[in-house]
Amino acid sequence: MSANTGLSVVLRGAVGGFALDIAFTAPATGVTALFGPSGSGKTSVLRCVAGLTRLAQGEIGFAGETWQDTRGFVPAHRRPIGYVFQDANLFSHLSVAENLRFGLRRAAAVAPVIGFDQVVDRLGLATLLARSPDRLSGGERQRVGIGRALLAQPRLLLIDEPLSAVDLPARDGILSLLETLCHDLAIPAVYVSHDLAEVTRLADHLVLIEAGRLVAAGPLDDILTNLRLPLATSPQAGVVLDAVVVAADLAFGLTSYRVAGGILTAPSRGLAVGTHCRLRVLASDISLCHEPPVGTTILNILPGVVLGADSFDGMQTNVLIQLGAGEQGARLLARVTRKSWESLGFAPGQSGHALVKGVGLVQELAES
Amino acid sequence: MTAILATTIELAALTSLILLLIATPLAWWLARSRHWVAELVGAIALLPLVLPPTVLGFYLLIALGPDGPLAPVLQLFGIRTLAFTFTGLVIGSVIYSLPFALQPIRARFEAIGQRPLDAAASLRASPLDAFFTVVVPLSRPALLSAALLTFAHTIGEFGVVLMIGGSIPGRTQVLSTSIFEAVEAGDVGTAHHLAAGMLAFSLLAIFGMRLLDRRLTRLPA
Repeated sequence: MSANTGLSVVLRGAVGGFALDIAFTAPATGVTALFGPSGSGKTSVLRCVAGLTRLAQGEIGFAGETWQDTRGFVPAHRRPIGYVFQDANLFSHLSVAENLRFGLRRAAAVAPVIGFDQVVDRLGLATLLARSPDRLSGGERQRVGIGRALLAQPRLLLIDEPLSAVDLPARDGILSLLETLCHDLAIPAVYVSHDLAEVTRLADHLVLIEAGRLVAAGPLDDILTNLRLPLATSPQAGVVLDAVVVAADLAFGLTSYRVAGGILTAPSRGLAVGTHCRLRVLASDISLCHEPPVGTTILNILPGVVLGADSFDGMQTNVLIQLGAGEQGARLLARVTRKSWESLGFAPGQSGHALVKGVGLVQELAES
Repeated sequence: MTAILATTIELAALTSLILLLIATPLAWWLARSRHWVAELVGAIALLPLVLPPTVLGFYLLIALGPDGPLAPVLQLFGIRTLAFTFTGLVIGSVIYSLPFALQPIRARFEAIGQRPLDAAASLRASPLDAFFTVVVPLSRPALLSAALLTFAHTIGEFGVVLMIGGSIPGRTQVLSTSIFEAVEAGDVGTAHHLAAGMLAFSLLAIFGMRLLDRRLTRLPA
């Protein structure tokens, strides 16, 4: 994760009247999400990384190459990037096929990452090739945009809120495509989003931005379970867990997933036993108790140890729990009322039980 | 008559061609630069719109004549004067029609904006590459109407060509000046024919342009 192999970014200055003052690094593998509210400067940072915007004071390096420092600036067209724009930004004077080939033709001298047929096949573009971009739906357009960026044979993929111009039903499909493509092609990606659900689904690494400044950066799990970060108090707060499917209960249509320190059971999403996946558990879906309750409809009652707690807004408390007895267990975030927290008398280091009401499957990786 | 028509069309075609080559890069610079120099140049380029053609023709006559400020430069090429020559006529026409070529192209370049260029740059296209493979194709309707407007405007110009060309038969006499001369000579019949022909041509040119415009802006690619 050193600056030599991944992406390192230092940006200081104004972009169109907006002040940026930020420094972070991103690992050479996986998806790094730039996460923050709208207008926090995420897109500006991404454009600087791409070389589309030039900030007077900036240092950008990737995989041992310097893209910008006090002495020089590598223009965008000489950076080995692929850029997926918010609304695809296809060339309206070219057909879908010509759009796809635009970068491909100019990347002839570069070690290929993916071929034309492969892109057409994986993104389901075969029937669209002869069409004009003006006659595509938002989802189709973004699929072409992703394919076009990949065919430029990038070594770093930059993705700017790709779902903003895509209608809701098509969003899930685009996210799945991005998920599997980033994973299979092993191209590091920087993904800009203001949606926590998107981020938890795709990202391995998180960079939190607010008002042009860095709030925190680190592995997804560390950021999501950090009680001191503002993320923990958002209604969408929760954790993601790496899981493997260990059992399928066909009679009741349930699947059991093993996570570090416990087993979680949830309605089946059709995954085969042995499949690696990522689960999302919202803080608001978890309750705490000292003794496992009897006669409850809740399927998942997992023993664990309280690691810490943080009360906020006077009413609510976030509690961090580690599953199992050891220190390797997965960490869960529970959202309880301050009243319950104080009356139950939990303290860090104490054992208890987490009642997990909902488990979301967010990413299906591969069968092993 | 054929010589006049040939001179007229040659002048208009040559002016259109030269103006496309000059106005396109100029429009690009004007559309993208925020510098005050660009604003000033943009204003100067629009001058022929408001200046009486005789004023423009008069200054050109002096500038290109044997005692004009450009004479030493011309002499380097073995030319004594460009006044009353076809070349002088072309130079005058290019300057006179510059705003007509510049405006549609500049407006289109401004409308295209930065976004397609960002996409092209992210796909490994250099700025020059992007200009020819993205900007020019996206501006085809504007380039066409610039050429057509220039062509029609050059055929219709009178003051400038009379001042700098002098309407010398076989060399600088064009349709518009020959109408004037026919009227002066009392040959109303010839004047009628020529005038009606030019009216029809102008209408056709404008009509054709509107059609082209609709076609090309509605159906990209």
